[in-house]
Amino acid sequence: MDLHHSKAFTRRAFLERGVMLASATVVAPGFVQGTALGLPSPSAFLASLAGVPEDRVLVVVQLSGGNDGLNTVVPYGADEYYRARRGIGIARGNVLELDGRQGLGLHPALAPMKELYDAGLCSVFQGVGYPNPNRSHFKSMDIWHTADTSGTGEGWIGRYLDSECVGFGAGESGSAQGAPPAINIGRTAPLAMQGRKVNPVSFENASVFRWLGEDHDRELKGEYDRLNRRESASVGDTNEAFLTKTALDAQVSSDLIRRAVAAEPLVRYPGNELARQLSLIAQMIRAGLKTRVYYASLGGFDTHAGQGGANGRHAQLLGQFASSMKAFYDDLKAQGNDGRVMTLSFSEFGRRVSQNASNGTDHGTAAPMFLFGPMVRPGVHGTHPPMSDLDGGDLKHTLDFRHVYAGVLDSWMRADASSILQGRYRPALVLRKS
Amino acid sequence: MATQERATLGERQVREDPRRALVPIDAARFGYDQARHLLWRAGFGGTPAQISAIAALGPERAVDFLLESPDAREQPPAADLFDRDIMRPYTAEERRMAVQARSARDEDTLAQLRAMRQQAQVRDRRQMREIQRWWLTRMIETPRPLEEKMVLFWHGHFATSYRTIEDSYHMYLQNQRFRTHALGNYGTLLREIIRDPAMLAYLDNNDSRKGRPNENLARELMELFSMGVGTYSESDIKEGARALTGYTFVDDEFVFNRENHDTGPKRLFGKSGAFTGDDFVEGILAQRATSTFMTRKLYAFFVGDLPEDAREVSPAARVVLEGVRTTFTRNRFAIKPVLRQLFLCQHFYSDEVRGQRIKSPVDLVVGGIRELRTPVRDTSALLDALSLMGQNIFYPPSVAGWAGGRSWINTSTMFVRQNTLAFLLTGQRPDRRDALADRQPYDARPLLDELEAVFGPGTDELVVERVLRTTLGRVPTYAASALLDVLHARGGKRDHAAMRDMLLLVTAMPEYQLC
Repeated sequence: MDLHHSKAFTRRAFLERGVMLASATVVAPGFVQGTALGLPSPSAFLASLAGVPEDRVLVVVQLSGGNDGLNTVVPYGADEYYRARRGIGIARGNVLELDGRQGLGLHPALAPMKELYDAGLCSVFQGVGYPNPNRSHFKSMDIWHTADTSGTGEGWIGRYLDSECVGFGAGESGSAQGAPPAINIGRTAPLAMQGRKVNPVSFENASVFRWLGEDHDRELKGEYDRLNRRESASVGDTNEAFLTKTALDAQVSSDLIRRAVAAEPLVRYPGNELARQLSLIAQMIRAGLKTRVYYASLGGFDTHAGQGGANGRHAQLLGQFASSMKAFYDDLKAQGNDGRVMTLSFSEFGRRVSQNASNGTDHGTAAPMFLFGPMVRPGVHGTHPPMSDLDGGDLKHTLDFRHVYAGVLDSWMRADASSILQGRYRPALVLRKS
Repeated sequence: MATQERATLGERQVREDPRRALVPIDAARFGYDQARHLLWRAGFGGTPAQISAIAALGPERAVDFLLESPDAREQPPAADLFDRDIMRPYTAEERRMAVQARSARDEDTLAQLRAMRQQAQVRDRRQMREIQRWWLTRMIETPRPLEEKMVLFWHGHFATSYRTIEDSYHMYLQNQRFRTHALGNYGTLLREIIRDPAMLAYLDNNDSRKGRPNENLARELMELFSMGVGTYSESDIKEGARALTGYTFVDDEFVFNRENHDTGPKRLFGKSGAFTGDDFVEGILAQRATSTFMTRKLYAFFVGDLPEDAREVSPAARVVLEGVRTTFTRNRFAIKPVLRQLFLCQHFYSDEVRGQRIKSPVDLVVGGIRELRTPVRDTSALLDALSLMGQNIFYPPSVAGWAGGRSWINTSTMFVRQNTLAFLLTGQRPDRRDALADRQPYDARPLLDELEAVFGPGTDELVVERVLRTTLGRVPTYAASALLDVLHARGGKRDHAAMRDMLLLVTAMPEYQLC
């Protein structure tokens, strides 16, 4: 069996472990807590950085619809900002200051994020975009997902998974606990996770990550288990053997994931959709899943009308984003896992500098991008696109997003960024100096 | 039929002699199991009555039936089935308005034009969804399954995605083109594909002009559509791209733009001339690599996975590939003779091939509905499921199409596959949005009746065996005992509910993913 990261691991060991996990609910309800959580966890992020790279996790948070970057990180020092946004501009007095010299601050609804920032858990990259910006949601999202300005081909995370051989060749059981290499929480899998060899694992809710036939007739579950938790009768590397093994993997993963998310989080999460997704992810991390990449998303940022200023619709969305991120990192810290988990957030584009007639903003271009976690290089990086030098009313990007991807792939995931991104992008400095 | 049951059930052929791999199957060896196999590969499976009817025809007539079956019940779709004008280019009047507004910096008019475009895009995406549902329904209902299966083949081969071109009517036109030539001639289709608006937009040839040719179409035309990587030179790409300059479209029609076409001399495949795009295609068709590559592609789609390393190809498969390649060349790229030979050869029915292919998501869904006679349910939910399983039709992941085989399968697609079949059988949606559940019950009675009509009455053991033979193409002992348990738990009552529960279990088996 071809194994990822060359950890010796036999099929038999997997089966035994699988069976053990499968019966754990009956034998020892606290099984997962008792082992996976009890693993010596990197107590400080420094230990994690010096430690084994495969412990590292990347969480991607997608803000769908085109988040208004200028009302997220507010250039309160620029008069042009206030002239262009008479109805929705954030007054200087309301801004949570990030950098007085540059005249930058966070939207007041981002107070929880400001706490993360002050604690050194958040970095801000300014003016992120790409050449010849596309203002179609779909096209621009595809460009971010494929890391290719044509927006075609496989996703960047998919290519990462392909290149790391955590795909079907090794089987998902290439990881000791049968965990998928990457998990998306959502109804459909994002293009970003689509590889050539690896199909994304995706579920909106862990409660559907199982066979639903049993809901119809509970008595069938016993037979179902017997048929899906067994070794293949066929000899050699046949499709039948592969399917039988994946079916078993699926059962083990399902047990593991559903038990993981059944645990109470260690902190209280706010009641919004992103928080729900992040709390699922935190519980999976806590249970010791070997999954490397998680994907979550929050929609509704397409604020063409009635966007609001310090309060209102956009403020609500930002508040949900910030409070969810804060709860997520509080939870991870309480678990002792914060140093293993970097989060990258992005949106497909920012919005136009000038507000429109409906007190909203239309599709624009460059916007800030955020990284979270105790390992990130905190602070505000790069230069803000000049407010006095616009391109047809839009910001000119000062940093190509692929430099940030390259930084994350290269120094956090320890992967070959240029082959994954199919081009050479000087990796942005994303990690703090240890 | 009872004799046939004895003659083929559980019978394992002696190890195949590779030299005889291409020899047509003996009519005496063509029974229920072989007919079932043929129906799955040349279509989307069949019910016991259909399988048995195909078996009764014997191999030659069965294959002819699938290849030729003219059926008046299904007409070609009406020309005005979908709105062709949603994404139409600006009219002269609108163009003039836009130019004026831009020069006058008339923001209101510009915003109005932008809003119009956005509304059109919203409508067009809605129409794309309708076209998806239309094709899925057609695959489910067609009396000519091989035709739709070939459309699916061409769609994966000449992969084009709506995501990129954002013109649903062009996607529809391309789909229709694949249908027109489904079982026609590959050469003709290759000649047409460089005139297909969806393809020209997808691979940027509409931006390709003399002096700055875009190489995208020229490259993929050889790499993915005909010859395969490594069989041509970089200079063939450059010169081919020049030959293709000026091949573009206006609205829904192909246009050869003389002004943008590079009329200069080019050197392609070792020959010189003022080649056009059409000459380029003729050059490609003259290369031996083309018939080799296309034969492998057809084999992989209809017969079985091929290892990337040619040395690992089985001796029997090698004999078949070479024989079929010769047939393909001799018949100047006609598809039918190739498929006839593939579907008749002994190798096609051997243990190496039968029941070894992983169903694509479309095979699974369309085949499940057809073979089990389930209600069609909500096609929108089925499209969502297809997307989660990795096969969003009209949205292939890249110009290389779907990788197929084992790439379809991981732990989440495994559950989606099982749950989609459970949805067909029970109406309970795979996303558990129970408010939208389909209350229409699945009636298993017709399937039971068909089994009895084909095989006659039988004991519990025999019924279980027939169910497994029909749905899995094999009768594993562990599966038989599981189904018997289900029957016995119901006091041996072979009614509708027992049948549905058996099918719930069967369709959740790893083996159900194979055909």
